[in-house]
Amino acid sequence: MIGQLAILLRRDLALLLPGGRRGGTMLPLLFFLAVAMLFPFAVGPDAPLLTRTGGGVIWVAALLAAILPLDRLIEPDIELGFFDQWALRGIAEEWIVAVRVLAHWLSFGPPLMLASLPAAALLGLDGAALRILELGLLAGTPGLAALGVTVAALTAGLRGGAALAGLLVIPLAVPLLIFGAGSLSTGGESGIALTGAVSLVLLAIAPFAGGAAVRSGRG
Amino acid sequence: MQARLIQECRLTAEDLACRRGDRVLFHGLSLQLAAGAALHVAGSNGIGKSSLIRILAGLMRPFAGNVDTSGAIGLIDERPALDPQLPLGRALTFWQRMDGPADNELARLGLSDLLDVPVRYLSTGQRKRATLARLIGQSAPIWLLDEPLNGLDMHAAELVQTLAAEHCAAGGICVIASHQSFALAGMERLELRDFAA
Repeated sequence: MIGQLAILLRRDLALLLPGGRRGGTMLPLLFFLAVAMLFPFAVGPDAPLLTRTGGGVIWVAALLAAILPLDRLIEPDIELGFFDQWALRGIAEEWIVAVRVLAHWLSFGPPLMLASLPAAALLGLDGAALRILELGLLAGTPGLAALGVTVAALTAGLRGGAALAGLLVIPLAVPLLIFGAGSLSTGGESGIALTGAVSLVLLAIAPFAGGAAVRSGRG
Repeated sequence: MQARLIQECRLTAEDLACRRGDRVLFHGLSLQLAAGAALHVAGSNGIGKSSLIRILAGLMRPFAGNVDTSGAIGLIDERPALDPQLPLGRALTFWQRMDGPADNELARLGLSDLLDVPVRYLSTGQRKRATLARLIGQSAPIWLLDEPLNGLDMHAAELVQTLAAEHCAAGGICVIASHQSFALAGMERLELRDFAA
């Protein structure tokens, strides 16, 4: 069982990691950097304003970047028959979704945290703010990954599923955004802790909600 | 293949009914297959052959009745479950890692020369043969084949029938849903029409 999950994880990572096979895997990262780069152009070179709003911009950009790959997370594997074959081999959908959450997070969480370094420089964030931002992203992006995979499983096979997935994720990600970006203005660890708590709840729900969604979509 | 040992297997279904939308496709269908048995599910398009296969595989819940199986199930349908962007060899390697080492008879299926070709460039028939390699590598005692001859040329179609015969001779179960004729010694025939609602 563990061996099979490791094989699954290897395949998922090969598909989803930046430069991976399922196409467009670099896109969220480039999108994220483009937003961070364009924002100073749009609001003008007002350093205090940029510093004050920069953290929030990075959070919004991270959320939007996490939405981009949603339609590639679950649906192709259902359409290709992978989920059916795994079911025949007795691998529960819950495990597959859990592995996919991990792979999805690895494919955009750490790269996003790395890309936040140049983004923070562009927006003029100081060292202390950058530290809180990175910690907040570390606490929040797993929740975003769990949310993304769950919604991708729910909308797989629906007409216009990709657009619908984006629309569904945004309101559900509001708590993460409030606590994550909020921790920057209060400068406190409590915000990060709350972000982590929301992430944990989402991570706990995701395999069961996603697995049930895949099963009920069958037929 | 001849030396392959097949575990004990059994497939029974009782009083199955299947509903698609608000239409009952068939009802009152029972079957009992022991080791070495083969069954041809026949009928015209849309009569519920694929639904029956999916119910037997446990992938779809029957509207009524129940299915009881012992032994692993291998399934072939129109979805290959092979990564389209990968070369065939690596796409099959994924399943070999999952299923454990077993000879998947690549040479016999005529796939040895295609291992470097990405799956999306394979023809329909080649892809079908690739799914057969996946099925053989799985070494499941129960084979559920949904339209296994679609897209295959005469030679490959004969090969599939030979493989199915060998599988049954080794003690496996074959259920074949097809509107085409399928030659297999000792195979029973189930006309789905007889159970139509």
